[in-house]
This record gives sequence, structure tokens and C-alpha cells, in this order.
Amino acid sequence: MRLMLKQPSVLPGFGLTLGFSVFYLSLIVLIPLSGLFVKTSTLSWDQFWDVITTPRAIASYQLTFGASMVGAIINGLFGSIIAWVLVRYRFPGQSLVDALVDLPFALPTAVAGITLAAIYSPNGWIGQYLDPLGIKVAFTPLGVLVALTFIGLPFVVRTVQPVLQDLDREVEEAATTLGANRWQTFRAVIVPELWPALLTGMAMAFARAVGEYGSVIFIAGNMPLKSEITPLLIMTKLDQYDYTGATALGVVMLVTSFVLALAINLLQWWSTARHMNQ
Amino acid sequence: MKPIRVTADTDLQWKDSLTTESSLVRRLLIAAAFFYLTLFLFIPLAAVFAEAFKGGMAAYVGSFLNEDALAAIRLTLLVAFVAVPLNAVFGVAAAWAIAKFDFVGKQILVTLIDMPLAVSPVISGLIYVLLFGAQGWLGPWLAEHDIKIIFALPGIVLATIFVTVPFVARELIPLMQSQGRDEEEAAITLGASGWQMFTRVTLPNIKWSLLYGVILCNARAMGEFGAVSVVSGHIRGLTNTMPLHVEILYNEYNAVSAFAVASLLTLLAIVTLAAKAVVERKMLSPIIVADPVLPVQAGSSR
Amino acid sequence: MSIQVDHVTKRFGTFTVLNDVSLHVEEGELVALLGPSGCGKTTLLRILAGLERPDQGRIFLQGTEVTDQRISERRVGFVFQHYALFRHMTVADNVAFGLTVLPRTQRPSETRIQEKVRELLGLVQLQAMADRYPSQLSGGQRQRVALARALAVEPKLLLLDEPFGALDAKVRKELRRWLRRLHDELHITGILVTHDQEEALEVADRVVVMHQGNIEQIGTPDEVYENPANPFVYRFLGDVNVFHGRVSEEQIEQERSEGRSGGTSERAGEREVTFVRPHDLELSRSRTNDDQVEATVRTVLTAGSRVRVELMSQISGQAIEVELTKERYRELAVGEGEVVFVHPRHRRVFKMPPP
Repeated sequence: MRLMLKQPSVLPGFGLTLGFSVFYLSLIVLIPLSGLFVKTSTLSWDQFWDVITTPRAIASYQLTFGASMVGAIINGLFGSIIAWVLVRYRFPGQSLVDALVDLPFALPTAVAGITLAAIYSPNGWIGQYLDPLGIKVAFTPLGVLVALTFIGLPFVVRTVQPVLQDLDREVEEAATTLGANRWQTFRAVIVPELWPALLTGMAMAFARAVGEYGSVIFIAGNMPLKSEITPLLIMTKLDQYDYTGATALGVVMLVTSFVLALAINLLQWWSTARHMNQ
Repeated sequence: MKPIRVTADTDLQWKDSLTTESSLVRRLLIAAAFFYLTLFLFIPLAAVFAEAFKGGMAAYVGSFLNEDALAAIRLTLLVAFVAVPLNAVFGVAAAWAIAKFDFVGKQILVTLIDMPLAVSPVISGLIYVLLFGAQGWLGPWLAEHDIKIIFALPGIVLATIFVTVPFVARELIPLMQSQGRDEEEAAITLGASGWQMFTRVTLPNIKWSLLYGVILCNARAMGEFGAVSVVSGHIRGLTNTMPLHVEILYNEYNAVSAFAVASLLTLLAIVTLAAKAVVERKMLSPIIVADPVLPVQAGSSR
Repeated sequence: MSIQVDHVTKRFGTFTVLNDVSLHVEEGELVALLGPSGCGKTTLLRILAGLERPDQGRIFLQGTEVTDQRISERRVGFVFQHYALFRHMTVADNVAFGLTVLPRTQRPSETRIQEKVRELLGLVQLQAMADRYPSQLSGGQRQRVALARALAVEPKLLLLDEPFGALDAKVRKELRRWLRRLHDELHITGILVTHDQEEALEVADRVVVMHQGNIEQIGTPDEVYENPANPFVYRFLGDVNVFHGRVSEEQIEQERSEGRSGGTSERAGEREVTFVRPHDLELSRSRTNDDQVEATVRTVLTAGSRVRVELMSQISGQAIEVELTKERYRELAVGEGEVVFVHPRHRRVFKMPPP
């Protein structure tokens, strides 16, 4: 193991812990994931292309990525406001609100799914007021958006919050002493600081939403070409024992996830690099 | 120049009032935050319990007192009982290697640990179907030896482990990195063995984060839906976990029972959030003490 | 315990942190490793402790080679720069740690351990703090706990890494005098690492000046301060005026005739450098001998008991800094813009190697 180490250390257990970690990850993560690509390689390129570009598949991408994107933007706006309010202001119940922000992360997706479906159904707590206005949420693409917005809520708050906390008040004071009003200070001093974290949080919310399954299927209605998300399409193909079709779509999703994960890493790197410079 | 107004409803210092918004903007922002949180957090949270108790207490309790519900609870506990300890041991081992040593390929390892978070739960299930399913790599061999993994307990456990791999490790890595190597090195210089160092220095330092990591891992293990749904086969009383049981009840229009089981899972989520809050409080910043002047004899200055 | 460091080299990647370093420390000595950050002093200390392994060379403790010996067998006490106290243990538990991890057969009884902890806390004047946690202590108190903890296992060698680095100026001064007294009481061999020359000169029996992985000079504080071996040591041990003195014409002629250099007098002049400390410069209002430089007073700064006068040489335009006592300054009564004559009481001339 000495070769692997950049610097030898007196602390014990490196070989044991690294060996176990690599073994465990290979068994649980690496081998199963690579199996997906191996399975795909049994398809010819044309077959693969045909499977992933059927109208039903394309409609599912449009819905999945579109709703995820809109959800991420909504969370970008409201997540920033929530983070701001939590860091900068004091109000009753604050610590409770702060703790509850993580609920969509801790709540099982199936629970979120049936609850949102119940609330937004035409006779539900919120649905009953929307229905007379002609707005149908449950069992429409709008329902997909609601679910994907819900599960993305913690990400922007939790990435923006620490940056806001670390933001040096003196910089704002400096801007004020130089004659900037509050809005100018916000635009010129605060926003540039928050921007990388905000983008990171939105990218995380987007990535999470793209793969989401449990909270969506109960509220979406799952009509092919209309309100069917890609993960559900994979599930349908599996139920029909169409493993090749499921695998091909799975590869599309997986590659998307990798690209997004890479983008998030780059964003985080950018974000911390900016902080280091100061 | 406009006078600076200090509002009575906040405990803002006068100094802060130079760098904060007018009280109107403040109120608007708080209102916007609450509006959004009400829509997406408070109402759903209340709705779970309202729906669960719609049929009264007897119906609520009755939702758990039947074979299928009890079997689902038992299975969920069993799955968590296997998956959580394994991932806890993995998390501690991986965090030790990553946080305390510098080695080539560390970033790859970290990326690999985070991978399950990036992957859709459906795919997390799919990969095991492709590996162990009837048409999978090992399918024929498994069938020959009469070993069932997919549509059986091992598949559910595997998919759950996959989905919850990152949680303990992710809690520990940043903490152990920030704690550095000094305390462990000090223990070693004072003659401690590796095991003594781990149990007496490392473990006490990480125990709260480890506990939270385990609770979070457990919550996700018990609540996982997508991945388990793919590999379970939905066999009632046999391969149905609690979230899958919720789905079945809901699809059968048995809303009260569905929400009753869901409320139990919601309580688990609330316990997890509470645990997080407690752990964060435990890690409060240390008190800073000024140096008192040491008793030094007069005339010792130059 | 005597220490012998024998041709030790240590590299991190392609960077050589220690370059063929040799050093001998007598039993009972307190030695300071002094140098700027990155000079390799901490690495040398960690190698002595067994926290790092040298790439080449050998370490002997009390005449026995320990290069490959495990850290727990070396019986060294190590005080970490940031103390590395166990944050979840009380002060007493921290001090007791080294005793409680001993194998059962060697471990003292519970009461004996408690007694020992009391003794040590008495030694570092922290009896009242036994039940506190490290986070409830000040920096100086933590430092003393770290010391007591290291001493609990009765090491034959005490290693201190920047022991006062993280403390206020006032606490530092008190603690280092206290450490010196403690060392005189315990007679334990000690090595401390510091980048503060004042600290090294005040505390240590001998000072090892290090620079870029090499030992530049080893000597008593007086030796290294009064008689620095080279320009680096001279500069590092205090403020200094540097004069690129001119080599006399005869000397250049001689060099030419020997065919050593075809250089001009200007180039020859660069090869000799004179160092004078600000307090070794004497000022007078009139010329009294040939060895004086005429200079104009530019600024006068009063700092406590000393007065710093900044001059400009009238020949070269070079800035010259002079440190005077207040009494001497009052006697002279020079003001800004006035002309004075500068004479070095003490100087050191180094020949620079040819470029």
C-alpha cells in the first residue's frame, strides 16, 4: 500500500480501511453500475438509438427535464429567500423552520407522493381552490412539477445558507460607507458572492429531480406522451420484461446523471476557489 | 439624510441596521419564505396526519393490526438491520482512509461514494435486476442453484445498501478532515495502540456525527421506494416493505390505511430531523477563554 | 537522552525538506531549531519523534539506532503546535491518557494515576482546572496541559513544535521563561522548534539555525548572535544594515594579476558585503575618524526605550537604520534633515561567491 500513499504516516489502519472501502464499493456500486453498460453494449448503435428516440421516450425526456428545470428555478428563487431569511433575520419558530427545510430529504418519497396527490386532487386541501379556477394539478404535468419542486427544496437553501453565514459583514459596511444604497450593495456585493452557491444548489435540485420516481408517480397520472416521466418509462419496460429497452433508457439517465454530477463538482470547485482567493 | 430607524420587533443592533433592509422589505421576504414553506412543507406535513386519522383512532390502529402491514414492518426493520450496520462500518472505514491519509486516487473514491446519490433510484434497482435477474449475468447460475435474489429479500437488501452507501461516510469525511490528524498522532506518541487510539480518541470525537449518519442512513433505508420497488416484485406479505405497502394500499383506494402507514414513516423522518438539530447543537463552537496573567515574579522583565 | 542525527534527508515528492542534516544533542540540553517557515525544522522534529521516516540517514537516541523503531517504543514526549488535546476528555483525563493506555502489566493503579495527574497539574500550575474540558481553557492553559500530558509518560526526550506560536506576545514571554525554569528543574533533554529568534535565543542552551533544509549554524545563543556564520544567519537573527562595500583597488589589481577575474571594480565591489546591526552603529555630529559615513537624518521613530533613526547615506543614497538608547539620542539632539556621521562599532564582512 505504500505506493498508493503520497506520504507515509504513523497513523494505523490505512491499508485495512482503504482496502475494505474499495472492496465494498466495487461490490455494491462499481460492478453493478458497469453491468448496465455491458448490457447496453449487446445492442447495436442503431437499435440503441431507436429505443431511446421513440416519441414516447422523447416526450418523457421533455417532461422530466423541463419540469426539473422549472422546479430548480423556482427553488433557486424561493430557496435563496428562505436562506436569506434564516441567516439574516430573527423570527419566532426560526429553528423549527430551519430544521424542517430538510423534510423533503428525509421523508420517504412514496409518502411525499401520496400526500401531494391528496392535497392537489380536485377535492384536496389546495386542489379544491384551484379546481374552480380551471387549474388542474393532480394527474397532469403540473403535478409532476409540484412533486419535483417539493423534493428539490432543501438543496438551494442548504448550499446558499453557509455562504451567507460566512459572508463578511464588513464588506457590506464598506459598500455602505462608500455610498451604496442597500439595493446597490445587494446587487454589487452580495449577489456575486452567492452566485456560485446558488447555481450549485440549483444544479443539485435539478439532478435530484431528473432521477426522481416515488414522489412523482402518484401525482402525475402517468399518461404516456403526456405525464410520464423517464424513470417511470423504464419501470414500465421492466414490468413488460423489456430489459434491453429499460437498459438503454437507463444508460441515457445514467450518463445524464454523470454529466450533472461533473457539472456540480465543477461549480463547487469554482465556488470554493473563489472563497480561497479572498 | 433619512434617520435610521431601529424597529422594536427585532433584536437587531444599531450597527446591523446599517447593513440590513427596511422593515417593509424584511417583512415581505419573511412572508414570501413562509408562503413557500407553508405550501410545500407545512401543509403536506399536516395532511399526512389529517388523512391518517380521518377514520378515527380505531381505523388508524387497525391499519397496522393485520398480517400484511405487520409483515411489511417486519421486513423493513430486517432490511434496515442488515443495511445500516454494513454502511456504518463502511462509512467509518472510508472516512478514516479519506480524511486522515493522502493517497493517489482519493478523489475517485469520494466520487464513487457519492455516485448512488446521483443515480435515479429506478436505475439503482435496475442494475441489480440486470446482474441477478432471470435474464441477467448471474441469473441462469442462480436459478440452477435455486438462489433467489431478485423478487426476494437479498435483492431488496442489496438495493437498499446501494442507495444508502453515502450517508454515514458523507457525514464523517468533512468532520474528520476538519479535526485533522493531531489528536490521533498525540495518542500514538503517548503510547496508545491503534485500537486504543480509535476507541478512545477517534470514536468519541465523531460519535455525534456518526449517530446522525446512522439515523439518516436508517431513515433512507426504511423509506426507500424506487429502487426497492424495482427489485421487490411486490409480493404481499413477503417482499413488501412499508413504502411499497403504502403504494398498494393507496392504489386500492384504502387512503386511511395508506396514510396511517405513511404517518409512521413521517415520524421517522421527523425524528431524523430532530436528531440533526440535536447533533448540530452538540457541535456548538467552543467557548473562548482569555489568557490570565501567569504569576511571574516582579523584576523578571528585562 | 542524547540524540544523534546522522546525515538525514527527507523529501516530500520532489521537494527536499531536509538535505543531509547531521546534529548532536547532549543529554539534558535544551536545543532550539530556528528558521523561517518551510526550512525543515518541524520535519526534523517529527522525524525525531517517529511521526515521519527519513528517506536517508539514521537517528540514534542514547546511542541506540531508532530509525525504524516504532513511535511507541521511543519514549518521547511530543507537544503539538496546536496542542492536539483530546477535546472530549477533561484536563485530568488528557494528562492521564498516556498512563491508561499502557499494557495492563505496566499500568499503574488507578489511585497512582490520579496521584501522578495531580502532581503534574501542580507542576504546570493547573490544579484547579482538572475537571475542565480543553474548550474551556485559554491558549496558554492548553499549552501547559499539553506539556503535562507529554510529561506523564516520563519521556527521556521532550519535543515541542512551535510551543508558543499560537499565543499572545505577553503570554508567550511568560510561558517561555516558565518553560526554561521547568527544564532546569527536570533536566530532561528538550528540542523546541520556533521561527522566533528572540524565543530561541532566550530559552535554549544551543540554537540550530536552519534554512531550506540545511543547518546553517549551531551554537550557543551568544555565538550565533554575536558571530553569525553567514549572511542568512545574520539577517535572520535580527535587523541588519547591509552595505555592498567596495573592495579596494589593490585587491582588484591583485585578482586581475592572478587571472581570477576580468571584472570591473563595480563587479568586484558586489562580491563583498558588510553587515552591521542597527544598535552597533554610532552617530556623531562631527567627523572623528576616517571610517565614517556622512548621512542625512530622514526620520526619527521613538518606540518605548529605544529610538530608531533612519538615515540616508550622502555617498550612495542608501538607507541606513540606527538604533539608539533614549539617553544617547537626547545627548545627540539631532533633528530631521541634519547631517551626522555614522561609525560601525561592530561589523561583519562576508565575501560573496562569484555569480
